[in-house]
Amino acid sequence: MARSGFIYGVAKRLTTGPPIYYAWVALLTLVAGIGVVAYMKQLERGLVVTGMTSYVSWGLYIGNFTFMVGVAAAAVLLIIPAYLYDFGPIKDIVIVGEALAASVLVMCMLSVTADLGRPDRLWHLIPGLGILNLPSSLLGWDIVVLNGYLFLNVFIPGYLLYKAYHVKEPNMSLIIPFILLSIPWAVSIHTVTAFIYNGLVARPFWNASILAPRFLASAFCSGPALVIIIYQIVRKYTHFHVKDEALFKISEFIAVAMALNLFLLLAEFFKELYSDTHHLSPLKYLYVGLHGKNMFVTWIWTALVFNVIAFIIFLIPRTRKSLVTLNLGCVLIILGIWIEKGIGLIVPGFIPAPLGEVWEYLPTTIEALVTAGIWAIGLLIFTLLLKVIIPIETGEFTRESRASA
Amino acid sequence: MTKPKDHFADEETILSQRGPGSRDQRKRAEAADCALPSRRSFLAGATALFGMMAVGSCSWEEFAQNNFQRMTKEEIDRTVERLKREYKAKYGKEFVVGAQRPIEGTLFAYGLDIQRCIGCRKCVYACVQENNLSRNPQIQYIRVLRFRNGSMDLEQSTIYYDPEKVPEDGYYYMPVQCQHCANAPCTKVCPVRATWSEPDGIVVVDYNWCIGCRYCMAACPYMGRWFNWTDPYIPTNEVNPETHYLGNRPRMRNVVEKCTFCIQRVRNGRYPACVEVCPVGARKFGNLLDPDSEISWLIRNKRVFRLKEELNTQPKFYYFFAT
Repeated sequence: MARSGFIYGVAKRLTTGPPIYYAWVALLTLVAGIGVVAYMKQLERGLVVTGMTSYVSWGLYIGNFTFMVGVAAAAVLLIIPAYLYDFGPIKDIVIVGEALAASVLVMCMLSVTADLGRPDRLWHLIPGLGILNLPSSLLGWDIVVLNGYLFLNVFIPGYLLYKAYHVKEPNMSLIIPFILLSIPWAVSIHTVTAFIYNGLVARPFWNASILAPRFLASAFCSGPALVIIIYQIVRKYTHFHVKDEALFKISEFIAVAMALNLFLLLAEFFKELYSDTHHLSPLKYLYVGLHGKNMFVTWIWTALVFNVIAFIIFLIPRTRKSLVTLNLGCVLIILGIWIEKGIGLIVPGFIPAPLGEVWEYLPTTIEALVTAGIWAIGLLIFTLLLKVIIPIETGEFTRESRASA
Repeated sequence: MTKPKDHFADEETILSQRGPGSRDQRKRAEAADCALPSRRSFLAGATALFGMMAVGSCSWEEFAQNNFQRMTKEEIDRTVERLKREYKAKYGKEFVVGAQRPIEGTLFAYGLDIQRCIGCRKCVYACVQENNLSRNPQIQYIRVLRFRNGSMDLEQSTIYYDPEKVPEDGYYYMPVQCQHCANAPCTKVCPVRATWSEPDGIVVVDYNWCIGCRYCMAACPYMGRWFNWTDPYIPTNEVNPETHYLGNRPRMRNVVEKCTFCIQRVRNGRYPACVEVCPVGARKFGNLLDPDSEISWLIRNKRVFRLKEELNTQPKFYYFFAT
């Protein structure tokens, strides 16, 4: 009885809303649908419909995956100040960060699946039934940590919301260990993802110890930037209250993270440029072009300029604390890191190829549509989650309110 | 010596490696894949069950097939019989799909005389023929690099040379294929153990277990691995029916494949096709564990080197100077 009441309440909340909600959900469904059709095309004809070749054998899908792992990790790393320093304003909004992490994780998994040649053999990855090649395969480890992280990000908010719905105090001694566990776990998903590339001796561009630290630094920029924008949208359309103070605090973290990110980039530049070995080639390809091939140059300089401008915006307290410039900085950072830690990280790893050939890569329309579809599915999940979560969190949607209504 | 015209690997044919192939070819291949009516009716059920996941798979037996390393003798026999039926339906020939175990006391290694190689690429095409490599899109396991005298800089080398006659003055040649590393970076990364080193040192792929993630391709420092971006196409009259399960049997789309030292030949006491075809005898092959083998002799007595030895991949592919 109570359960069916909850389902009824959820269904009602998901299907009612202002016109802009309907328009937004319809748009996402449309883009997701186009993505599914594009993916069917890929299943029908094979990965030949992508721009990937045996030279550049990973592209937009894996690039997007890498970027999104960062977002998922950072959304939860905001827990650190909330719980360790008991910074109230952020604490209130942690649940939304966890919902974001869960949605983005779904996008990560969809991206890797879209990249797989044989999705019909996914069962080969299930330990017992198939073979998960642990401990030697980092991709195997990534599957473990991503699924564990997904569990944490469903379980923690799920428990807290269940209690809130029943208007009961959560048992903090039960849930705090999970919350604390999710902090190193967030670090681990990004570290393991970096190690996937980092461990390959064949690819000098990735085979540098700076890779994992840079991953984390850039994730601390793009993830919180996305969170800042999302909270502003959430507080505009719901009764959920997010203090400006929380947003400004997050923007301070971003300033530090971006400083670190740029410093590590400088360290990478110095090492490669000063030693001037053949390991410089991928970086050369990326920033100035190699053997006349320079498709990526404009993109990466755009990313660098965006990141530097955003850094300045976040560094100056006045611009950091004005919502207009803050939002500008967030958008610049998201785009900048998306280029830099997306295909800007993956593609140059393959250029030049191990025997010296330079083959470039450009995503095809199908790849772009599938990727857009994955984003739409993730945003759709996130939107629908928030539609239920936020009223519970604000106390508008509980057992009692439903009973009285 | 003069090279036949079709031996040229120019940019155009390489680009076509991911060309789609004609639609008719693909249609025919698909029809042959699903030739048995009973299997087709089962496919309908399987599709309903697994939804989109079954799209890439053709039959239930194929879908549920185990990793080769975990198969019992009976399972291997059954799978081999099924594959023979499938290949016969597709190519109209009786196939041999061998599953020979490694010969006791063998560890295969390869020698390539860099001084003698004339860059004719006969090995490249003998390999394509022997190993049922896709002709469209084109896949070639062996890449013959041409270096200008005085340098061994990979970035300055090219595989796109096209003279009337080889060898050319001022250049030397170095063919590169899978190096069958003892410390192979590719097998280490595979998330499902679809690729491994056999006891006789051959690095193989179970094409039916590979999930197509291409992590091994990113890990290989020698361009030793190739991916079928779409259904491989082999003309029916050119297909080689003498195959091995872990070697040259016809592959399916979206899986990785590689040189296996012609496992179907070497486990039956024959030389790899590239060794046999080399017109100048630059290619040597044999058993490292046999001190009297040619390969053991030349490693002892000649100056040898291995490609990118600093990566500690420990290739079993030795380049040497005969004089």
